Amino acid sequence: MNIKICGPGCKKCEQATQAVREAVAEAGLEAEIEKISDFAEMAKLGVLSTPAVIVDGQVKCVGKAPSKKEILSWIA
Amino acid sequence: MEPIKPTGCCGADAELHQETGEKTPSEQNEHNECNEQKEQKMKRVAWGIFGIALWFILYKQLLPFSHWFAYSLLGLAPGSHLGEAIQFFVYDTPKVMMLLLLIVFAVGIVRSFFTPEKTRSLLAGKREVTGNVMAAGLGIVTPFCSCSAVPLFIGFVQAGVPLGVTLSFLIAAPMVNEVALVLLYGLLGWKVAGLYLVTGLAVAIVSGWVIGRFNMESSIEDWVREIRAGEQPNMGMKLTWTDRIEQGKEAVRDIVGKVWPYVIAGIGVGATIHGYVPEDFMAAIMGKDAWWSVPGAVLVGIPMYSNAAGIVPIVEALLGKGAALGTVLAFMMSVIALSLPEMVILRKVLKPKLIGVFIAVVGGGILLTGFLFNLII
Repeated sequence: MNIKICGPGCKKCEQATQAVREAVAEAGLEAEIEKISDFAEMAKLGVLSTPAVIVDGQVKCVGKAPSKKEILSWIA
Repeated sequence: MEPIKPTGCCGADAELHQETGEKTPSEQNEHNECNEQKEQKMKRVAWGIFGIALWFILYKQLLPFSHWFAYSLLGLAPGSHLGEAIQFFVYDTPKVMMLLLLIVFAVGIVRSFFTPEKTRSLLAGKREVTGNVMAAGLGIVTPFCSCSAVPLFIGFVQAGVPLGVTLSFLIAAPMVNEVALVLLYGLLGWKVAGLYLVTGLAVAIVSGWVIGRFNMESSIEDWVREIRAGEQPNMGMKLTWTDRIEQGKEAVRDIVGKVWPYVIAGIGVGATIHGYVPEDFMAAIMGKDAWWSVPGAVLVGIPMYSNAAGIVPIVEALLGKGAALGTVLAFMMSVIALSLPEMVILRKVLKPKLIGVFIAVVGGGILLTGFLFNLII
């Protein structure tokens, strides 16, 4: 499983990353977590507002730091 | 309403079924859930009415309470420096905090109806004048974190939103915000708040339109224009009222949690200044007759960066000591709307020439606003 987190690195993006790590650990999954801070890369993924979470190439959430529960529902 | 596909992302779709009364296989399982939701809805409305009533009752008590606190409890003489300052502080602090709580919560709920994606599709293909007006208005209600400015800019340009319209959005979003309006209303009254809202929107609309006239699309960085937009993600989030109220609460936690120390410090400074600085202290340097104070205020304001919460108490102090309204409005706008950090972010997508035009046009608009108000008020 590949999880990408888009965000230039503000507080909300950190929150999102943290929640993703916790969710992955809780689900006991093997997942590659990638942080994307390059704007060109984000634009190619179609991301308009950050933070955004992308699971296996599918954009799951944009413009907010999702909760651990939400993330679990996408990856479990 | 456009049809939104529930993706199960950030919300449940139970409310949708409840409203349309459609029978779907999955709804059978959710039947109990629906009843629970109905009950929850009633409860929520009741709590809402109760909350607002309580808010108003409390709000009405603030002024008598502050008088009682300063003049009866502490036994200070009405009209004395210390008495006035303490009464001012005890009245204004809870007043502004209560206004902030209510407005930020309401704006948080309003914003849950907008997303940058929706705003972009509303603006794509709009003609310039209409587009500029819409963009400035949407700039107030569209939620986005300031570090999203660059991806947002790229996304707008890719979707065919004209450059000037995109800039109208990016100017209005920080300049006209709920915290600035609440503080202006709370500390200086609805007339100043209204003036700020109208002129802020006007500067955003006109500046964006003017930049659009310059046909500067070639001054967008090349890599931005070369990006081929990826597949547009289907981000149809179906939000229930539970989610919206949660977003309102989060806005309160996020914004009020961040600005309250500034608000209290600002009102404290304001309260002190009220008694101890001569009334016409600022009149000579920032008064109506000093025409050069408007460009001066804008020049000082551009490199300064502060949020609305930090700047409004300063504005209040300046106004109270004889500075002219136009000069002070120009100062506030240039601090909030034109800032160095913002230029550094925009520089990633705009060539220096366009950054220069951006600063010149927006600065010019603010300057005009300042002169205009000094002239007519």
